Amino acid sequence: MSAAESTDRQNEAALARQAFTEQLRLLSLSFPALLLVGFIVLVPIGWLFWLSFMDADGFTLAHYERLLHPSYALTLRTTFELAFLVTAVCVVLGYPLAYIAAQMSPRSARIVLLCVLFPFWTSLLVRTYAWLVLLQRRGQLNTWLQDWGIIDTPLRLVHNFTGTAIGMVHIMLPFMILPLYAAMKSIDENYMRAAANLGASPVKAFWQIYVPLSLPGLGAGVMVVFVLSLGFYVTPALLGGGRVMMWAMQIERSLAVYSDWGAASALGVVLLVITLAILWLFSRLTGAVNAAAGGR
Amino acid sequence: MTSGPLRSEGMGGAAALPITISRIRKNYGSFRALDNVSLDIRSGEFMTLLGPSGSGKTTLLMVLSGFVRPDSGSVRFAEREVVLLPPHKRDIGMVFQNYALFPHMTVAGNLAYPLKLRHVPRAEIDERVEKALDLVQLGGLGARGVDELSGGQRQRVALARAVIFEPRILLMDEPLSALDKNLREQMQLEVRRLHERLGMTTVYVTHDQREALTMSDRIAVLDRGRIQQVDPPQALYDRPATHFVADFIGESFSLPVTVNDGRAMLFDQPLHVPRDMTGPGPHFLVLRPEKLTLLSDAANGEAGVNVIRGQVRQSVFHGDSVMIYVTVRDTHEIALRIPLRGNVVLPQPGDHVTLGYGIEDTIVVPAGTSGDAP
Repeated sequence: MSAAESTDRQNEAALARQAFTEQLRLLSLSFPALLLVGFIVLVPIGWLFWLSFMDADGFTLAHYERLLHPSYALTLRTTFELAFLVTAVCVVLGYPLAYIAAQMSPRSARIVLLCVLFPFWTSLLVRTYAWLVLLQRRGQLNTWLQDWGIIDTPLRLVHNFTGTAIGMVHIMLPFMILPLYAAMKSIDENYMRAAANLGASPVKAFWQIYVPLSLPGLGAGVMVVFVLSLGFYVTPALLGGGRVMMWAMQIERSLAVYSDWGAASALGVVLLVITLAILWLFSRLTGAVNAAAGGR
Repeated sequence: MTSGPLRSEGMGGAAALPITISRIRKNYGSFRALDNVSLDIRSGEFMTLLGPSGSGKTTLLMVLSGFVRPDSGSVRFAEREVVLLPPHKRDIGMVFQNYALFPHMTVAGNLAYPLKLRHVPRAEIDERVEKALDLVQLGGLGARGVDELSGGQRQRVALARAVIFEPRILLMDEPLSALDKNLREQMQLEVRRLHERLGMTTVYVTHDQREALTMSDRIAVLDRGRIQQVDPPQALYDRPATHFVADFIGESFSLPVTVNDGRAMLFDQPLHVPRDMTGPGPHFLVLRPEKLTLLSDAANGEAGVNVIRGQVRQSVFHGDSVMIYVTVRDTHEIALRIPLRGNVVLPQPGDHVTLGYGIEDTIVVPAGTSGDAP
């Protein structure tokens, strides 16, 4: 009896040790990633944060005071307007495409997704210049529209807000379509059948069943597109023709033109804080939507 | 029991519609999913479509619900032709195999959905949802999320949602296949009870022949897109029309039979059959293990019994009975089931045995491909 008890106790301790080392081993798989994130992301951000409060004389709030200037407010507004517009257009263009792809046979869907992914494989710079060629005053689009007699004078499609938005939508669209497609693919076709069987017309079934079930994908797409759009630089710089000033361009100017690391850091910190705030707000909002939809 | 919504007993006849399926064909490429299927389902009947996978049973149910468009043929609910009607205008209840409960709605939300679509007033919806929940013994769980329910509870919610708008036809697509054995058997009885209480015409799809035998008024056996036989469970079991049906329903073993001039021969001995043989050609004698009896060695053609001789190969213990596998003429295997009660003397492997099979129980079916069935 007592021999059995002592064996049990020994085994218990040994089993607990085994479980612990097993967990440790699993955890160790994430060490490389943790190191990378630590040194390449967290340390530089901390350093930026530090820089933004420093000048030659030590601690200062001067960099942040400077941001109160109206020109920065205008930049912030432009940045947000553009991000909103791009996100909205991506939803309008991306949702139907993702829907169609999700309804297709796997083979055809693969081809569609390949086309969606295609822009990823060409350089951002090349794509942006290609838009410049297409959209400029004597570009392909204006030439065609004039040849067909649709317009008399060339449209101003580039070197402005419109051109920037067109270029950014093109780049952001895959980020909207891929999570939407993934979410839609996981919607069992029997849900739509059940809705029809219970008496819902196709339109009602779509809005009352399909759209709510695709919301997680839509939320993910909206979040990624919006946040990435806030930090855009190359496309607005080239297609905006100097008329569209984005937050990231202010950062670049602080560094390239004025070599002012403190100011650039402060701008970076502000963008980071705004982005985090939006992410937080968004997750709260989608949580609330899900809860409301569940009626719980 | 209840009055008003979710109708009471005794109204069954008035609440149901007969279904007439005529000459339905459906091909997927060169695959014939449904090959000229005609079937009359009576008002208020519990009809089971039974068959192996790929037999067309689910396709036929999808044709009734409107999710699969047949190539040709007609479906009528009572006198009304519905084959051109889209699913949402057919007004029939359906229980899906994986339940298809909307995950973004509560249990009550799921039940209320078909009523909202029919513009039922809010107060009445609440009342009917409560009654439907009581009907499937889920009273008080309306506020739960669908993902908080067990498999059996989801099954009940799916059932309640399919009947809450009082459809006169109810379709079920293998609704119990996801449940474990005990729960499945319990739900079989509950579904059957619900059918008796609500009285709607019910079409039930399953590949489980035991389930079909337990629940149905009549069973339609399908194979390769064709209906093989339509009969009440007992008739199907006792008098299968084709080799396929005999094989698919219950346990059976078969021995080849030849028919010459209307006389059946089992190997070289004449076989007594209860009815005259119809056609010449190869046939099969269908043997149910529980209907075979062990005769004394001396027995030789007792009155009313066909005799089969063989050698015991193996005996398998089944708890309540023993299955004795017997080799006949070294090439064919049959089995008999011996119930274990009292002192039964069991034959041992290697023993030569004489088996009796009642002439009234003797079933001889044509051996032709099952597709030749009527």
